[in-house]
Amino acid sequence: MTATATSDAPTGVIGQRLLRREDPALLTGEARYTNDLAVPGALHMAVVRSPYAHARIVSIDTSAAREIPGVVAVYTGEDLADAWAAPMPCAWPVTEDMKSPAHYPLARGKVCYVGDGVAVVLAETEAAARDAVDAVVVEYDPLPAVVDPEDARSDRVVIHEELGTNTSYTWSLKVEGTEGQIDRAFAEAAYTVSERYVQQRLIPMAMEPRAVVAVPQPFGGDITLYSATQVPHILKIMSALTLGIPEHQVRVVAPAVGGGFGSKLNVYAEELLCMALARRHHVPVRWNETRSENAQATIQGRGQIQHIELAADADGKLTALRVRLTGDMGAYLQLVTPGIPLLGAFLYAGVYDLPQAYDFECTSVFTTMTPTDAYRGAGRPEATYAIERAMDALARKMGIDPLELRRRNYIPADQFPYTAWSGLVYDSGNHEAAAAKAAELVGYEELRARQRQQNVPGATKRLGIGISSYFEMCGLAPSRVLASLNYSAGGWEAATVRVLPTAKVQVVTGTSPHGQGHETAWSMIVADKLGISPDDVDVLHSDTAIAPLGLDTYGSRSLPVGGVAIAMACDKVIDKAKQIAAHQLEANPDDLEFEGGAFRVKGSPDRTIPLAAIAFEAFTAHDLPDGLEPNLEASVTYDPPNFSWPFGTHMCVVEVDTETGAVDVLKYVAVDDCGVQINPLIVDGQVHGGVVQGLAQALFEEAVYDSEGNLKTSTLADYLVPAASDVPPITLDHTVTPSPTNPLGVKGIGEAGTIGAAPAVINAIVDALADLGVRDVPMPASPYNVWRAIQDASARASGTAGTDLGDHPGATARTTTASSEDVTTDGGQP
Amino acid sequence: MEISVTVNGVQHTHDVEPRTLLVQYIREQLGLTGTNIGCDTSSCGACTVHLNGESVKSCTVLAVQADGAEITTIEGLASDGQLHPMQQAFMEHHGLQCGYCTPGMVMAAVSLLKENPHPTEQDVRIGLEGNLCRCTGYHNIVKAVLAAANA
Repeated sequence: MTATATSDAPTGVIGQRLLRREDPALLTGEARYTNDLAVPGALHMAVVRSPYAHARIVSIDTSAAREIPGVVAVYTGEDLADAWAAPMPCAWPVTEDMKSPAHYPLARGKVCYVGDGVAVVLAETEAAARDAVDAVVVEYDPLPAVVDPEDARSDRVVIHEELGTNTSYTWSLKVEGTEGQIDRAFAEAAYTVSERYVQQRLIPMAMEPRAVVAVPQPFGGDITLYSATQVPHILKIMSALTLGIPEHQVRVVAPAVGGGFGSKLNVYAEELLCMALARRHHVPVRWNETRSENAQATIQGRGQIQHIELAADADGKLTALRVRLTGDMGAYLQLVTPGIPLLGAFLYAGVYDLPQAYDFECTSVFTTMTPTDAYRGAGRPEATYAIERAMDALARKMGIDPLELRRRNYIPADQFPYTAWSGLVYDSGNHEAAAAKAAELVGYEELRARQRQQNVPGATKRLGIGISSYFEMCGLAPSRVLASLNYSAGGWEAATVRVLPTAKVQVVTGTSPHGQGHETAWSMIVADKLGISPDDVDVLHSDTAIAPLGLDTYGSRSLPVGGVAIAMACDKVIDKAKQIAAHQLEANPDDLEFEGGAFRVKGSPDRTIPLAAIAFEAFTAHDLPDGLEPNLEASVTYDPPNFSWPFGTHMCVVEVDTETGAVDVLKYVAVDDCGVQINPLIVDGQVHGGVVQGLAQALFEEAVYDSEGNLKTSTLADYLVPAASDVPPITLDHTVTPSPTNPLGVKGIGEAGTIGAAPAVINAIVDALADLGVRDVPMPASPYNVWRAIQDASARASGTAGTDLGDHPGATARTTTASSEDVTTDGGQP
Repeated sequence: MEISVTVNGVQHTHDVEPRTLLVQYIREQLGLTGTNIGCDTSSCGACTVHLNGESVKSCTVLAVQADGAEITTIEGLASDGQLHPMQQAFMEHHGLQCGYCTPGMVMAAVSLLKENPHPTEQDVRIGLEGNLCRCTGYHNIVKAVLAAANA
C-alpha cells in the first residue's frame, strides 16, 4: 500500500496525517483474528460456569455430557488440580500484607461469582462442546452474595474463609509539608466540600470477544499460544510459570486483536486451560468466548466508592485534599487488580497547584462479582472524575464560575517542569492555554449568557455546561517508580531497527497493537530518523518468537516508551552507519553529517554516500572498518525517566429535560495536549473513541448486579454500549507542549479522552439542574436517574423527603446497583 | 439439509445442520472469516452481509433460510485489487481502528447509501445504529459514509 496523506500535511514525515497501512487488510476481511485461524485437528473447549454468585460445589456429574457424540473429555477443577505449578498470577501485591486467595483456572470446593468456571468440555466441534456444557450437572449449596463493597468491609459474610476477612488491603499515601498541616488546613479553611461519588462497574466490551488457540508440539514439548491479548510478552512469562513449562518453550502470538481497552491486559483461566489441555491431549485446543461469557468471565472496570474532601482559602485556592476510597476487587485478584486504585492515587489533586497536604487512603475488598481490573484509564478517570466534580461543588459553594475557580488553581505554565506535592515531576503543561482554547471553541461566555436566559424558574429544558481539566499520568512507567509501588515488573520497552541489504528496514517492537495503528506510526518515526519513505519500513510485533522482548501495550505507554525506544535504536543505527560511511569516504566520523538519508562530509557536498549503499556494504562485509560487526542493526531497551503527562480541558454542553430526565448533549469540545503528534489522524481517532467511552460511562453503561449477585446486563441487548445515534459529533483541537523528558517530545494519548469525558458530562448535567437543588446525578445519568435526582432535590427543598415521588414518564427505568447512591449533598461547612 | 447459495459470485452446495446460522456457514464451511461475530443477541452488527442485495445480520438468519440466495460478504466488495468506494472512504477518514466491527459496518453503510444515496449526518447515525463500534466513537465512521455519499 502506498503511503498517502491528506492535503494539510506538513513537509516532514512527523506530523503528517498519513493513512494507516493496517487498514486494507482490516477493510477487506483479510486480517486474521484468533477466532479466524484455521487449525486442523483442534478440539473445541467450552466452560461450565457457575450460575451462583457464591456457593459450595456439592457435586459435579459429567456422565451425561461424556455421552454426547463428539465429546472427547470433561474435566472438573479437581480433575485438573495437578495441572498447575502455581495459582493464576497477580503481579501487583500492593502492600506486604495484601490478602489474596489462591485462584486457579477452575474453581474447587466453592464458586465466588456468576461465571466462575467449574468444569471444561473438550469436543470435536464447538456445537458439541456447548451441548455438553448444558449436560454437566452441578449441585450447588448457595451462600449469601456480597454485592456492595461497603457491606463487604463489614465481613458480615466472608467470601474467602481462609483469609478471615473480605478486606484485601489498605494502602495509604499521606504527604504533609509540616506535621498536622492537613488538619489545620481543613480547620482554617474558608470553604470545604465533602463529596461521595460512585464509580459504577463497567464492562469493557471490546468488539472482539476473547479467543484462544493452543498448539502443542508433542515431541518437542514446545507450545504456541495464539490469543486475543494485549500482552503476549507478559502472557508468555506468566503462562510458563503457572503451567510449569520452561519459558523458552512457550511462544505467544497475538494475531489481529479486535480492541482491548485493558480487558485483554490479563492472564486468563481459558488461556491456561487451553494450554494445559493441549499438552494433555497432544492436539491443538481452541476456545471462543461468547459475548454473554465475555460480560461475566472477562474482567470488568471501575467499581469504586469515592469520598473526597477539599479545603480552600477565601479565594478558592486549594489548601488540602483528603480522599477515602473503597475499591471493589470482585471475587479474585487478576493480573493488576489491586493496583488500579493506585494508578489514580497520585491524581486526585488533578491539574491544580496543591501544597503538600494530601491524604489518600484506599481499602479494597472482595465481593462476589466478576473480578475488576484495568479498563481504559484505569484509576485515572476515577481520580479525575472526583476532583473535577468536587471543583464544581466548590465553585457552587463559593458562588463563582467553575472555570474561574479552575483558573485560580491551575499550575501556572511557567512552573513546569513542576514538582508536585507527591515529589513526582510533571514534565510540561499549559492548562490555561488548553482551557482558554476550549472555552473559545465552545463559546463559553455566550453559553453562560444563554443559560441565564434559559434556566428561569419553571423552565423544563435546562442548559448546562460542564468543564473537566485533566492530567494523565501515563507512559507506564519508570521501573524504579514501579518498584516503589511494589509492582512485579519493570516499565521499559524494547526495539530493534534493522536495515536490510536492500535498504528496506525492519522494526521489531515490544508493543502489541490492537487498533492503535502502531505499524503506521512506528514506520513514520523510522522514516523521519533515517530519511527514507515510511513505505520502506516494516514493523514486526506481537509474536514472542519474532519480538522476544517487550512489555506490551496498555497505559498509553506505546509511543512514549516503545516509540521512543525505536527512535533511539535509529540513532544507534545511524551511529554505526556513520562509522562505515567514514571508512568509505576516508573521512573522520566527526566530520560527517547525516541528512535526507545520506552522509556527507561537512563542507564537501560532493563527498556523500547514501544509507542504501552502507546497508549493502554492511551485508557484503567486504570493506568494513576493523572490528565492526557486519550488520546494520541496533537494539534499545528504554526505561523512561518519568511518566508522561498529557493534559487538556474538555467542555460539554447539555440540555436536560426536567420532565423526562432525558439528556441531550448539544456540543462536546476536547482540547488535548499530547506533546508532539506523530500522526494527528491517529491522535484524533484515539480522542474520539476515548471521549465516547467516557461519555458512555456518564450516560449509558453499568454492569448491573441484583442482590443475589446475578449480572443483569450480560448481553449487548442489556448493556448499553452507545450506537452512532446515541452520541454527538466531537469538536477537537489541540495545544502542543512537547515533553522535555524524551527525544521525540511525545506523550501518550490512548486514554486521555476517557479520562476527560465523564466529569465534563456529569458536571454539565448537574450545572443544568443546580438551580433545582440537584448536587449529584449518579452514573449512568439515565433518564430515570436524572429524573429521580430532580425529584429528590425537590422533595428535599420542600422538606417532604420520603413522599411518593410519582411515576417516571418513561417505562424504561433501570435498576441501579445496590451500591449506587442516588443523591449526595455537598455537606461540609457553610 | 442441502442448500445452494451464491456467495460473492461463486455457487456453493453444502449439507448443513438445520440449526446452523448463516454466519457459521459463511465462516466455518466457506472459510470466509472476514464476517465477524461480536455478540449472541443480534445487537452488534459485526456479522452484517448482503442477502439478495439487502443488509442482514447473518447471525439472525439460518443457513437453510438462505437457500437459493445471493450473498455478498466483505470479501466480495473490493474488486480487481481496488477497494470499494466505501472501503476507500473508511480508510481516508480513519473510520476504523481495531477493525473488528469494520466489515459489518462497511456492509451496512453500503446498504444505507443504496437506500438513501444522499443522507444527512443524522440519517447516517440512525441508519447505522444496529452496528456497534467500540474504538472510533463513530465520528469518523459518519464522516466516511457522508464522504462516500458525495463521492
